[in-house]
Amino acid sequence: MAGLEMGANLVAQEAAMLQIEDVSKTYPGARPVLQGVSLHLDAGETLALTGESGSGKSTLLHLAGALDGFDSGEITLAGTRLSGLDDSGRAALRRGCVALVFQQFNLIPSLTVAQNLSFHARLAGRQDPAWIRDLTDRLGLGELGARYPEQLSGGQQQRVAIGRALAARPALLLADEPTGNLDETASDAVMDLMLELVRVSGTALFLVTHSERIAARLDRRAHLSGGRIA
Amino acid sequence: MIGAALQALASHWRRHPLQLGTLLAGLALATALWSAVQAINAEARASYARAASQIGGATLDVLEAPGGPMSRARYVALRRAGWQLSPVLEGRTRLGEEQVTLLGLDPLTHPPLPAFEAAMQADQATLAQMLTQGGLLLASPELVSALKDVPGLPPLRASDSVPPGMVITDIGLAERLLARPDQIDRLLILPQQPMQLTPLDQLAPDLQRRASRAGADTARLTDSFHLNLTAFGLLSFAVGLFIVHGTVGLAFEQRRAMVRTLRALGLPVWLLAALMLAELLALALVGGLLGLGLGYLVAAALLPDVAATLRGLYGAPVAGGLSLRPSWIVGGLAMALIGTLAASAQALWRMLRMPLLAAPGLQAWAQRAAQGDRRMALAGLGLIAAGIAALALIKGLIGGFALIAGLMLGAALLLPPVLAALLGLGRHLTRGPLGEWLWADTRAQLPGIGLALMALLLALAANIGVGTMVSSFRLTFTGWLDQRLVSELYLTARDDAQGAEIARWLAPRSDAVLPIRAAEFTVQGNPVTVYGVVDHPTYRDNWPLLDRTPDAWAQVNAGQGVFINEQLARRADLWPGDVVQLAPGWVLPVAGVYSDYGNPTGQAITALPALLTHARAVPNRRFGVRIVPEAVPDLIEALRAKFDLPASALIDQAGLKSRSLAVFDKTFVVTGALNLLTLGVAGFAILTSLLTLWSLRLPQLAPVWALGLTRGRLARLELARSLLLATFTALLALPLGLALAWVLLAVINVQAFGWRLPMYLFPLDWLRLFLLALLAAGLAAALPARRLYRLPPSELLKVFANAR
Amino acid sequence: MLARLVVILALALLAARPAGAQGFAGLGSTAAAEGFATPSPDTRLSFPRDHGPHPDFRIEWWYLTANLTGPDGTDYGVQWTLFRTALALGEAEGWASPQIWMGHAAATTPQHHYFAERLARGGIGQAGVHSDPFEAWIDGWQMAGEDFDSLRLTARGAEFAYDLTLSAEGPLVLQGVNGYSVKSADGQASHYYSQPHYRIEGTLTLPSGPVAVSGQGWLDREWSSQPLAADQTGWDWFSLSFDSGAHLMGFRLRGARGDFTSGTWIAPDGSATPLAPGAFQAAPLELADVAGRQIPIRWRVTLPERGLDVEVSPLNRQSWMGTRFPYWEGPVRVTGSHAGRGYLEMTGYE
Repeated sequence: MAGLEMGANLVAQEAAMLQIEDVSKTYPGARPVLQGVSLHLDAGETLALTGESGSGKSTLLHLAGALDGFDSGEITLAGTRLSGLDDSGRAALRRGCVALVFQQFNLIPSLTVAQNLSFHARLAGRQDPAWIRDLTDRLGLGELGARYPEQLSGGQQQRVAIGRALAARPALLLADEPTGNLDETASDAVMDLMLELVRVSGTALFLVTHSERIAARLDRRAHLSGGRIA
Repeated sequence: MIGAALQALASHWRRHPLQLGTLLAGLALATALWSAVQAINAEARASYARAASQIGGATLDVLEAPGGPMSRARYVALRRAGWQLSPVLEGRTRLGEEQVTLLGLDPLTHPPLPAFEAAMQADQATLAQMLTQGGLLLASPELVSALKDVPGLPPLRASDSVPPGMVITDIGLAERLLARPDQIDRLLILPQQPMQLTPLDQLAPDLQRRASRAGADTARLTDSFHLNLTAFGLLSFAVGLFIVHGTVGLAFEQRRAMVRTLRALGLPVWLLAALMLAELLALALVGGLLGLGLGYLVAAALLPDVAATLRGLYGAPVAGGLSLRPSWIVGGLAMALIGTLAASAQALWRMLRMPLLAAPGLQAWAQRAAQGDRRMALAGLGLIAAGIAALALIKGLIGGFALIAGLMLGAALLLPPVLAALLGLGRHLTRGPLGEWLWADTRAQLPGIGLALMALLLALAANIGVGTMVSSFRLTFTGWLDQRLVSELYLTARDDAQGAEIARWLAPRSDAVLPIRAAEFTVQGNPVTVYGVVDHPTYRDNWPLLDRTPDAWAQVNAGQGVFINEQLARRADLWPGDVVQLAPGWVLPVAGVYSDYGNPTGQAITALPALLTHARAVPNRRFGVRIVPEAVPDLIEALRAKFDLPASALIDQAGLKSRSLAVFDKTFVVTGALNLLTLGVAGFAILTSLLTLWSLRLPQLAPVWALGLTRGRLARLELARSLLLATFTALLALPLGLALAWVLLAVINVQAFGWRLPMYLFPLDWLRLFLLALLAAGLAAALPARRLYRLPPSELLKVFANAR
Repeated sequence: MLARLVVILALALLAARPAGAQGFAGLGSTAAAEGFATPSPDTRLSFPRDHGPHPDFRIEWWYLTANLTGPDGTDYGVQWTLFRTALALGEAEGWASPQIWMGHAAATTPQHHYFAERLARGGIGQAGVHSDPFEAWIDGWQMAGEDFDSLRLTARGAEFAYDLTLSAEGPLVLQGVNGYSVKSADGQASHYYSQPHYRIEGTLTLPSGPVAVSGQGWLDREWSSQPLAADQTGWDWFSLSFDSGAHLMGFRLRGARGDFTSGTWIAPDGSATPLAPGAFQAAPLELADVAGRQIPIRWRVTLPERGLDVEVSPLNRQSWMGTRFPYWEGPVRVTGSHAGRGYLEMTGYE
């Protein structure tokens, strides 16, 4: 478990892992999605963001994951200010600091489960075979390594997605309705695994959900309504 | 209900104008190249028919003197014996800058000539003018405009009925222009003869009556050429249909949801299918019309070269102008409709069988692809085997083309499985996540882009194959010309008497005067020209023999053997050791076989004395003259001055060679142009595949982007992917192209022309083509790549949106 | 019969177009300009010289028609015609000759009408005429003999042939005044003489086989450079031989300004009397459909000064010459005040 401790140490050096200050975002030709949102997340902390459909939760998540730019305010991710970054700077940050889990799993269909699992880590240049083996075991994917995503059930696919996200030992895991496509049993199992793994690896978790039940399991929660934190 | 459904269906095209454009463009391209070839063929055939009717050669028998022209008195004597004949004097001559065939006729006795009739419709004085001193030259409009400023020519009259390169005029004027007074080359035997005639073989036993075969010959000779063009047209059509297939497939795929909704709303599936069929047919009609317009332009651009080819290769007269034929329009539209149906059948069928409620299935590409690969590989191998079997069973030109079709289609079907294997191999050799992903993802993309790659494969292979054939032919032809055209000067005298006079005059002024004398014989029902040669080192040292007996030349020079050309050897299956009967009582062993390119008919060579014993009245008008090359210009001058020979009667070796090569090069211009067009269509097929795949690609690219790749990097990878596929395809096209070249050289050429050519390899051409293929693929991929590069992140994020 | 040659040749050679009022109008006026001679009343004909061609004149013909009878009493008609027309003045050796020759031959039975046509260039020997000994020929057809009084006449078509001997039983007849025959009120004229007194024997070969025939023939010789008057569009020409031994040549030239008729009465002794314009009258009695046209097939012919009032009816209504310039030409029977046989030619019916 050497890798695991090392990861925890790395994260412990930073106080606020994610700092969102007064961020606004408007898509061209549409009403403002976010209006002066501020939020922060400490290292290793888990935060649930809830809100109605169209309240801007996914957008906020995307902005936090350096997937898209914002109009005003500032987001600081692991000490890096996102507003000053260009395309490749944002890409580097995505590779290095954050990992994403989506409702649709969004695995790479042409790669096997094993390849999907290690893809992000290898992309980030932080492949740790021992950690990946550990993850694979914990996620119960040991038998499925040679399969392709389309041959898996939804729950299995989401476990691969979580594994892919955590394999790179990101400081921050962003999850967008990760159980939205799963039934209740699968959903609980996936949540258990995810929470356990972020705890073990000391990763901060920023999770968007509309489910009170899931939100209740996280350290903290924030509610977004009409583009503002309620 | 129908109106609403139609509106819903049409809305798809409004939302995807690019897809609509691609579909129409694919249809238009397919129809265009096909109908262009058809237009060219139709025009050429019409030209043959016109020429045949113009010269009256198609139907009328002809009376000829074997030893050269006959006298006018001979003609009059036969007329006075009651025979209805019409005299023809024909010769090549130079008018201004133009080398023309001058056809001198007697308008009073000649059967009705379209050219005359048309000219007289325009002006009643035509015939009178033609017969009186001033005279009148009838020629095609092109030739008239080329000749109109030549000083000293009789008045010109344009007529569409005159074959290109030919001038028709009164025989009296032709005598003067050809400087052949009192001569007649042949007599047409008119269809209606009076009763109580004395038979011709009593009246004129020395004249030979032969059934005219000019028209039939042209048709027979050029059939292979037209079959060639048609094959090319069909190839282009197939390549174009790949585009249609891809686009229609995508459009149907994208409309699944709509179809499901419409059906859920109560629209019967058959009605829906009918509506979609109607929609397709309407699109096919529009695309077909566009294609016809485009095809007309292509044909008009290519026809002059085709005409040159046919004139050069076969002496077949073809006009350079194009006319619109209703049958062509109907045929082109029919092809567009049939092609659209064929290309859309699969998509329609799938839609008909689609269950109402099933969710859009996840792409089970891995299993499907592996299964499909196996099936395609088997089908491909089967097609190739069928092609080979076809050649073995059918033989002949059709068999050869069947082999080509089997080879090409089989190879096309083999392409995706082979590419898949190659990509799999590449993946195993690659380290690094991006590399792995690139190989794997390219592999996954194959089903979508495979058809376009097949099109590219076919286009490239055709290019390599035909290019290799043409270049091999040219190399062989050049070498052969060097061997064959040894004499420094070639001359043609007006008649036998002048020939003898010139030979006497030349004897002390040259190293050797070699008579070129020949007579027509029939071998196995086909005409064969038998040449008699004198024993001279010129022949022994240079004649290009493909196969020979050990003492071949001694045999031939003794009149105890005969050389036959390759065409005759292959057609009649005669080889050294066999004997050939040239005439009753004249049987000679075959001493050798020589190559004889550019000549469609059979030929043989033996000793001159032997020929003279077996043939009556062998003309003695043509000679090859051996002399130091420096002396040739002076000799030409002297001959011209002394014997009043026209320029066309004296040709030096260099002139003859360059003329032959010019004809050769012109011959294959069209092939080259069609080749490039096909490659262009293949490039377009790749572009359309990539564009239609676009919306399917995003969900695959977005996760990779989200995991930390810039859009620029992704775009470059997309470009690389396309180049990778093109590279593999081009590499696979090389062996296919070479196989095609071999079939063309060793099978098709033998069947079509009667000669087999050695195959040479031209790696520089391959490199050029390879780069061209990469350029085509690169250009095709550049557009979608650029689009990806510029795509706003919000578009990519839509892939992850929850509400789907 | 100057007119028919001009029109036949001009149209056959210049376009094979149907005759129109202006189609040949210009020819007469250009004749002089191109140097052709014009007929003169002062010219005295001389034989055998004038049996030969007159290349100074634009047009000329040798025109023989015969009414023949077979051994079974069947009537037949035979035509042999050689036309000469000059595209330009003079003669030249070889193809350059401007002389064009055209031959028409026909054989008519009560059921069938066979015809053939030949064209030839002068200068090469394919066709021509010599005066002494007389020979006129085109291809294998010929009319030749020691002199003009005894000739052999041959022609062969695809479905007929004939080989006949002609013996003159009377003198040549000069038409018009001393062989100067006026063709219009404007003064268009030709040189014109005839030999209406040939006795004929020989063989006519038809698809059914050879038939021995005998009868009488009429030969016309005519040359000129001037055609019809501008308004004249066609003609009806009669050459009738009566049982009495007398002959009548009469023609009607149809024109916009009215018809012009003329003719010659030839007594049994061969003495000829020119008829004054208008004395000869011919009126159609019946039209028949021939080759798609309405052609007057029966005529009433009157010559009051000779007490002549006869009906002329054809041996074969379909005696149509479907040559380059088509016309009706065939044997006729004469009944009424005078009985006899003859030939009728009609042109210009559209």
